[in-house]
Amino acid sequence: MFGNDAELNMGGLKMKVSITVNGKTHDGDVEPRTLLVHYIREAVGLTGTNVGCDTSSCGACTIHMNGEAVKSCTILAVQADGASVTTIEGLAKDGVMHPMQTAFMENHGLQCGYCTPGMVMAAIGLLNENPKPTEEEVRLGLEGNLCRCTGYHNIVKSVLAAASAK
Amino acid sequence: MAGSILGNRVLRKEDPKFLTSGGKYIEDMNDEPLFAGALHVTYIRSTVAHAKITKIDLSDCKTSPGVVAVFTAQDLGLEEEPSNFNASAKRAHLAIGKVRWVGELIAAVITERPDQGEDAIERAVIDYETLEPLTDVEQAMNSKTLLYEECGTNIVMGTVEMGMPDNTGDDLFKDCEVVVSGRFMNQRVAPCPLEARGSAATWIDGRLHQWISTQHAQGVRGEVAKANKIDAEKIRIITPDVGGGFGAKISAYSEELLLGNISKHLGKPVRWRETRSESMVSLGHGRAQLQYITIGGTKAGRVTAYQLNAIQDSGGWVEVGTVLAPFMTRPMSQGVYDIEKIECRTTSVVTNTTPIVAYRGAGRPEATAAIERAMDLFAAEIGKDPAEVRRMNLIPKFMQTHKTKIGHTYDVGDYGAALDKAMAVAKYSEARAEQAERRKRGDKVQLGIGVSVYVEITGGVDPMQEHAKINVLPNGRAVVYTGTSPHGQGHVTSWAMIASSETGIDIADIDVVWGDTDLVPNGGGTMGSRSLQQGGVAVQKVSIELVDQARKLAAQLLEANESDIVLDKSTGAFHVAGTPSISKSWSDVAKTADAKSGMIHDGIFVANSATFPFGAHIAIVEVDTETGQVKHRRHIACDDAGKVVNPLILDGQIHGGIAQGTAQALLEEFRYDSDGNPLTTNFADYTFISAVELPSIEVIHMETPTFVNPLGVKGIGESGTIGSTPAVQSAVIDAVMHLGVRHIDMPTTPERVWSAIANASA
Repeated sequence: MFGNDAELNMGGLKMKVSITVNGKTHDGDVEPRTLLVHYIREAVGLTGTNVGCDTSSCGACTIHMNGEAVKSCTILAVQADGASVTTIEGLAKDGVMHPMQTAFMENHGLQCGYCTPGMVMAAIGLLNENPKPTEEEVRLGLEGNLCRCTGYHNIVKSVLAAASAK
Repeated sequence: MAGSILGNRVLRKEDPKFLTSGGKYIEDMNDEPLFAGALHVTYIRSTVAHAKITKIDLSDCKTSPGVVAVFTAQDLGLEEEPSNFNASAKRAHLAIGKVRWVGELIAAVITERPDQGEDAIERAVIDYETLEPLTDVEQAMNSKTLLYEECGTNIVMGTVEMGMPDNTGDDLFKDCEVVVSGRFMNQRVAPCPLEARGSAATWIDGRLHQWISTQHAQGVRGEVAKANKIDAEKIRIITPDVGGGFGAKISAYSEELLLGNISKHLGKPVRWRETRSESMVSLGHGRAQLQYITIGGTKAGRVTAYQLNAIQDSGGWVEVGTVLAPFMTRPMSQGVYDIEKIECRTTSVVTNTTPIVAYRGAGRPEATAAIERAMDLFAAEIGKDPAEVRRMNLIPKFMQTHKTKIGHTYDVGDYGAALDKAMAVAKYSEARAEQAERRKRGDKVQLGIGVSVYVEITGGVDPMQEHAKINVLPNGRAVVYTGTSPHGQGHVTSWAMIASSETGIDIADIDVVWGDTDLVPNGGGTMGSRSLQQGGVAVQKVSIELVDQARKLAAQLLEANESDIVLDKSTGAFHVAGTPSISKSWSDVAKTADAKSGMIHDGIFVANSATFPFGAHIAIVEVDTETGQVKHRRHIACDDAGKVVNPLILDGQIHGGIAQGTAQALLEEFRYDSDGNPLTTNFADYTFISAVELPSIEVIHMETPTFVNPLGVKGIGESGTIGSTPAVQSAVIDAVMHLGVRHIDMPTTPERVWSAIANASA
């Protein structure tokens, strides 16, 4: 969207931010209106996190900020100053997928893949808060993440599988 | 894993990428060297539904920060061009003189960065002289105000106008003991792929390169050629990962078709990406068909006559949605039933709304919804169980073709078996008993059971063929080139499975290429549930032929007769029959063919006909009679798509289809006010279905192979939507039938359900 320029020069006032993304600290100057999702995608250059709407409804941009699942379109980059952020790219360790990623693969919890990064991050956040959810709790917990392909059936199955594998 | 793996639950090859770094959608292509220095296109859109444009003043836009250029139709030399479906209807990609729906393009603003474009378009001044807004099809049919004056009418297509027989009215029912009529609105919905549209274009040595989020690169190439007035050979269309399409990304739209022209004017690459709010009014919508039905028969339950009068809302432009009613709804109007007398007329009408395109099912969900609701009304009228009435009227099992009264020829069908299986899993009679109990007790929360039996048409879009190429590289790996275009359907895995089952090459060693017209010049794309039965079968065909050629080369290498050479598909090795210890690998054979490029073979599979998947769905819902709130409790789906290549992927297609069908039945509607202002232009206002409104889905497998292709496969991409929508709608109505309710239009929102109960008891 903004090219590869780490400096988001949108005119007017700029503020310094320092955000740790997947363990690596990124310093940048941002316009106050810059959303965290744009900072991650454009300034940091990690495009796994997607934007699916403009009303904070779809959850495709869900990431973890200081360990909590949040919609990164609903947070300004300046609000994330000093925070530690994890995106889909930061989940696998040494080429080994996170158990939630494995569960999505084994249960066909994704089709076109667009909602997937946000869905996986939200699902991990859900299990962090409620390690052994019921199906109903998984459905309620993922209400803020929209998927048009899977009918949620296999997403719910994936999350329950990841929970029972713990 | 090698050898014959068809029918196995194979995990998807494409998933690790999507799960670890995410897909590479067009918006993610910041490192594409050809996009370096790209300018961004933002469109100025009509804010009124129907108006003459009296002034376009973009002077303040031009001085907005970052603006490089602004273009109107005149600036780009655009002219009005006829619709592919009605030559009298003409419009240009940027409006000339008139706008016909909110969201139609008026001008383009070019900026260094996209945010500057969003700021700049706010400064455009467009003066309008408003015209009567026509948002209702019947209003538009009868209005003197015309969207396209040259048509002389707002009716842009009709079966009667095309010479098909008209409906004969009440005469059709004169011998019937029971006759029931209904008016159903199969409402307008928004396809909502999670990835909105995006595209980029640049000219390299006189050749236009365009990246686009599409379901059909080869089709788009033709449209781009027309828009830029150049030969198709001068164009390369490239498809990045596509975040869902559902039919709405089959054709290219004005936003994309203008980019080549704009890039040429600027001498620079250009990029465009829509916001969700733009997408909601400019990506084509689906359904929007008003239906009048009459059904008649005996008191004992035999249906003898059925008549459908479908009025299709085309929206503000004569797009593919216009032709779905006559060519998809009408042929399927008879459904699974043996009905002696049947008639269907369709009329397509332009209105001041977003144009209608193909949306998952595309004309068949409308046909199924009409006949299934009609069956329910008929059953209610004679006081019989809706499942029983269906069973009395089903076309009996046929394993060779069956010609319907409306004039279509189905391949194979066993509708009764599908209904039996679904009813058994649903424990239908127990559910009816529980329903009776709740009714007797007068429970606040009532149970509703909806039944639908459907047949649909897949792979029915001409030409019914697909291209495939297989290249075994000197290192023994294979690359499959396909004219289909996956965007969630898992072709990489399924096509690799098919190629592997013929060649014995491990699926891990098979790559699949699609969507780049320089690499795959011919292809029909992915739509109409055609991919496996034509594209997959083409992969099988070229793989079989390649193995035959390879056996000749292996015979040379092994100094044996060709007829003695066998391919061990479990290892992918060629040897003389009975002597497996001395063998030649695919790598050996490919190197022999050509040390550099290996073995290449391509071909086309031509299908003799479409296929007609069928099934039965049962939905069980709870309805709170005090609030109208519906809870979808159980969904049982028996869908027969012939032989199954990968049950994992099959189930996924069924689940997704059912979610979209349920969404239409319960929640979703794209709405306008009477002035033609859209009311549901984002995901906060449009009630996109979430995990909370859906139950886990109970899928029943049934395989009746078709004789139409050697794999015995039919399409499954849309069946779930077609079967589920009327089942869920009927379940809601069934829950409150004892209160006097006979019909509730979709979406069956709490307000509508509550009102229906209130009106029935008033």
